[in-house]
Amino acid sequence: MESTALLQKVTAGMAFRGTPASLLSSSSASSHVARIKLGSRSVIRAVSRLSGLTVKATHLNAYGFGTMPHNSTALKTVNKAVAVKTETGSTATAQQGHELLLFEALREGLEEEMERDPTVCVIGEDVGHYGGSYKVTKGMAEKFGDLRLLDTPIAENSFTGMAIGAAMTGLRPIVEGMNMGFLLLAFNQIANNCGMLHYTSGGQFTIPIVIRGPGGVGKQLGAEHSQRLESYFQSVPGLQMVACSTPYNAKGLMKAAIRSENPVILFEHVLLYNLKERIPDEEYVLCLEEAELVRPGQDITILTYSRMRHHVLQAVKTLVSKGYDPEVIDIRSLKPFDLFAIGNSVKKTHKVLIVEECMRTGGIGASLRAAIMENFFDELDAPIGCLSSQDVPTPYAGPLEDLTVVQPPQIVFAVEQLCKH
Amino acid sequence: MYETMAILQTMDNLYYEAQRQGRISFYVTSIGEEAINVASAAALSSDDLIFPQYREQGVLLWRGFTLKDFASQCFANDEDSGKGRQMPVHYGSKKLNYITVSSTVGTQLPHAVGAAYSLKMAKEEACTVAYFGDGGTSEGDFHAAMNFASVLEVPVLFICRNNGWAISTPASDQYRSDGVVVKGQAYGIRSFRVDGNDTLAMYSCVQAARKMAIEESRPILIEALTYRIGHHTTSDDSSKYRSITEMERWKSLRDPVIRFRKWLEGNAWWDEVAERRLRATARNEVITTMVRAEILKKPPLSDLFKDVYDSVPVHLQEQEAYVRSTVTRHPKDHPSDVPL
Repeated sequence: MESTALLQKVTAGMAFRGTPASLLSSSSASSHVARIKLGSRSVIRAVSRLSGLTVKATHLNAYGFGTMPHNSTALKTVNKAVAVKTETGSTATAQQGHELLLFEALREGLEEEMERDPTVCVIGEDVGHYGGSYKVTKGMAEKFGDLRLLDTPIAENSFTGMAIGAAMTGLRPIVEGMNMGFLLLAFNQIANNCGMLHYTSGGQFTIPIVIRGPGGVGKQLGAEHSQRLESYFQSVPGLQMVACSTPYNAKGLMKAAIRSENPVILFEHVLLYNLKERIPDEEYVLCLEEAELVRPGQDITILTYSRMRHHVLQAVKTLVSKGYDPEVIDIRSLKPFDLFAIGNSVKKTHKVLIVEECMRTGGIGASLRAAIMENFFDELDAPIGCLSSQDVPTPYAGPLEDLTVVQPPQIVFAVEQLCKH
Repeated sequence: MYETMAILQTMDNLYYEAQRQGRISFYVTSIGEEAINVASAAALSSDDLIFPQYREQGVLLWRGFTLKDFASQCFANDEDSGKGRQMPVHYGSKKLNYITVSSTVGTQLPHAVGAAYSLKMAKEEACTVAYFGDGGTSEGDFHAAMNFASVLEVPVLFICRNNGWAISTPASDQYRSDGVVVKGQAYGIRSFRVDGNDTLAMYSCVQAARKMAIEESRPILIEALTYRIGHHTTSDDSSKYRSITEMERWKSLRDPVIRFRKWLEGNAWWDEVAERRLRATARNEVITTMVRAEILKKPPLSDLFKDVYDSVPVHLQEQEAYVRSTVTRHPKDHPSDVPL
């Protein structure tokens, strides 16, 4: 194996990860190589240590592709997976519109709906004059009053119950969980009443509630604050679940969720709140059940949602430079799945890779794989790949935490493996 | 009020027996709590929203739920407004402002607070009323709901039917406080304790509480002391954990229906003849509606997948198609009283 060529490829692959410049300069790189005996196993090991990629394809465990490379890397894995510019066909036209951050987009959607409909209100901890822990409701209490931006005592099960009661009697509340993980306390109300009462009352009572909050793995927030609740709620009948990933879809999904007559859980990600994008000035509402085609392609379908979309797009840059043409779909609707969009994509590419942040067991990927297998088995040329977080509580230590989240190099590797079929 | 209480007793006894005969699967009687049910309902207005636990059928009866409606729900036939989706006694009626019963204990308390918040925002002249038992006061939802109601200053009545038993747990094992009324004080809520077996006391208490709740936009807690003469449900045999003499004593000496009747008779507003006639009519009507409801068809298969969402999404349509294909393949196994 030509070591310099390989090294070039590796360094090119490293470029997108923001590796320190010193390691990229050819002089230092080649000097590093020069120190190593050419053609030996140690070259391969050294290269793999530099890149974090495994050169040998032996890291498939029982599940397929889900493990981390055994060699711990000398370089840091990417933490900052915030794409500066999303390659998407669904963003607005380039120069019109206005730029804002994701949490501001959520607020804009919220404000527009509250102005439009006086029965819309927000219920949660510190949502009033404090403006919300992530500033989503900043300034709104002054505008709409304390009754419509209701500060609650710390009792998630109960204020969710309150919102359900209010929804049954004419209001359209939005429940903000300070962190999605806290909504585990509200599980009884959500599973036994929220999803159920429309059905058990014979359709007499509707519950047009929106439950939202930040979830996902953050920056060293500890295990209790890094919960991914989409896996737990997906079985509850009667609920709809959507996940936003950009300011554009955050605003659109927020508005759609508020207008929906069904209970909707809107999953936001704690690390995406400061994502900036230009969104249209005119009003728009997205469809809750639709997936978003982020990048059309021919070789493989990559299904993802929330923060992993951005990790996927980073990986796509590498993949494109390597000559692959992946199709990226942000599934957005976690329950029910947009099997039309997904199916059309599978019929085109015949290979699927799912990239999610959920735990492996019982996660969204698990259900999605089952659904794709059931519906599109004949279209598949390869087993469905799925990259997810491991079944461990999220550790606090930074490097450990990064190891539990799917990183772009793993996505690149998984795509390469699948495309060999 | 007395007539409603008598009809309620008759209905409860007949449905209990029907369950024992295997005609319905389950029933919850309110024997011993007729005064709480009916007197409180009578003191409220029909605009007040009721959030029941599951032992408040007397409230529903007062509001106008017919014996036919009760039968339809218990037999889960196609006349049930709940479309056969809940167990017996899990009644619900949007028309009568009675929120569908959910088995989970205490979850209706925060609902009541939220709905009261909704009424407050709409500036309606009505309140919400949440019923629960002594056992329900141990649930976390009870405490948070009381706290919220107090902080938010919403018009909600918390009516605790303290009947001394939570299945087999006596009140002395449920809490060590001086009943439930003191808990209201801890949350800054004006609280009342009333003899729940005294129909007139119950009526005046709820009437006064309602006025306070609406005029001052504040929650009120009412602890109504009573005794659960019947079993917890048809799945329970309370002689296993309490003495039969205790039950008999309450039934014969302290029954609220008899007590109220004696007062009416004392005022010459009621007599033996009227009593016999009422009981006979009630019994006949309950039995007639029961027999009729029993043989009616069940809700159709087409309703099974509706109302999960506002419209039936694709994955549920697929699931329905699958069920239908199973029925088509095995028509003999499909029950004859379930239309497609």
